[in-house]
Amino acid sequence: MTLYGILFYLISAAVIAATAMAITRKNLVHAVVYLIISFFGTAMLFYLFGAPLLAALEVIIYAGAIMVLFLFVVMMLRAESSHESVFPPIQWLPAAFFCLIYVLVATAMSVRTPGMNVPLKMLTASPRQFAVYVFEYHWFSIEVVSILLLLALIGALNLGAGKDAGSDGEPTDYNTDPAGEPPAAAGSGQPGRRSNRHGVEDEK
Amino acid sequence: MLLWIAGFIILLIKLTIVLGVVLFLAGYLVWVERKFLARLQIRYGPNRAGPFGLLQPIADIVKMITKEDTVPDGADRTFFLIAPAVVALTALLMFSVVPFGKDITLLGQKVPLVVTDLNIGLLFVFAMSSLSVYGVALGGWASNSKYGLLGGIRGAAQMISYELSLGLSLVPIVMMAHSFSMVDIVQAQQRYPFILFQPVAFLIFVVSAMAESKRIPFDLPEAENELVAGYHTEYSGMRFGLFFLGEYVHIMVFGGILAVLFLGGWRGPFLPPVVWLLIKIFLVALFMIWVRGTLPRLRYDQLMTLGWKVLIPLALINILVTGAIGLIFGG
Repeated sequence: MTLYGILFYLISAAVIAATAMAITRKNLVHAVVYLIISFFGTAMLFYLFGAPLLAALEVIIYAGAIMVLFLFVVMMLRAESSHESVFPPIQWLPAAFFCLIYVLVATAMSVRTPGMNVPLKMLTASPRQFAVYVFEYHWFSIEVVSILLLLALIGALNLGAGKDAGSDGEPTDYNTDPAGEPPAAAGSGQPGRRSNRHGVEDEK
Repeated sequence: MLLWIAGFIILLIKLTIVLGVVLFLAGYLVWVERKFLARLQIRYGPNRAGPFGLLQPIADIVKMITKEDTVPDGADRTFFLIAPAVVALTALLMFSVVPFGKDITLLGQKVPLVVTDLNIGLLFVFAMSSLSVYGVALGGWASNSKYGLLGGIRGAAQMISYELSLGLSLVPIVMMAHSFSMVDIVQAQQRYPFILFQPVAFLIFVVSAMAESKRIPFDLPEAENELVAGYHTEYSGMRFGLFFLGEYVHIMVFGGILAVLFLGGWRGPFLPPVVWLLIKIFLVALFMIWVRGTLPRLRYDQLMTLGWKVLIPLALINILVTGAIGLIFGG
């Protein structure tokens, strides 16, 4: 086994262990930290596979930004530990079912694909190569994802702006039932600039 | 194999030198800050330990190491103990991509004067800077104290807000240098430093980076008059020292990155490259101390308004303008 192989198995084991810890912790902050370790390990795997750009983005976006928001919310709400059972059957049964399907499909795919045992050549994708590939062959998916994110941003702003946003005549999307808004708006604090800020952060 | 071992030894030497120099200078930056700040406030500053108080940092370190390392009752022990190390470690790691000179040739081998020339160097800096939030947030949370928790929450909110404008302000630099690598960015400034082309990006970067390092006027996570000391209220001894060290290493890293991105890095006439880089870092550090001695603390909503409503839109417009100019003039 090469050095890379040893590293791969070590990091993968760490990722799996961290993820398992993340979903079994009762203390939410601990769970968040284990998930961060898991994302960090995934980033190291990406780096090992020769995708440094993806590795950096994984750390910046997932470990750095999204998980900070999780941590932020957990700390804000002080919902530090729940006393119920961590795994009620109604949650773990469907999860186990989908896991099983995933394992079956993955095994079937890896058995049926020819050349599974041939080791791939060692390559590194520079950020430029990666960007050219993505924007040349997958530009449509990127546009769809950006529209989705934009919609989420507008929606979060709409929710965060609170009840008094209607008087401003904001050209935001009012297709959602206005009556359904107050509970959500009440959750994000006072109207005005502070709640606006929350709205933007929620999206990120 | 021999070459590999030689490369490894060279790497170790570079690591040792960079680590030693950075930690030494961070220690003396504390002295510089105390002296300079004192002069701004018409005081003398430390002047008892050694001539001009020059031995003060050593006295401080001895004091911190010998103090009792307390963990409060009800604290989350593991996280409480690890959090300061996260802050110091991420700050130190950021320095590994800052180039401090041209490649030199040693025994026929090219040795780049940078710990590691990652082709994603700039993103690595962001990754480390986004991880350093956890030291602050978890340190505050694990203390099991309301001041610590409030400081940690403020720190997390502030850092994720300003990270956006920090990242966006540097997109034009990457557009002009055509690379994320810090070495290439210095290469691209062969004729003119980028500050001449990107004054707006420079301003946004300076303000956001000061907010990231949580210093006055952005020191809300540790605002003394409301939160005692914020996220490090419960820390004592060398663990407090690590938070402190992290802050000063962060100032130096900020100076180094600012020098590399906007001031031409190690480039400069007459003096050797390393000296130029250190001069630039020192000037940036002096500027930050000067700001600390001048400005009052922002209010929390002012801080958020500045980040989300001024800096981020400005950075986006700056990217657009840079792109347009690049298209028109083929830059």
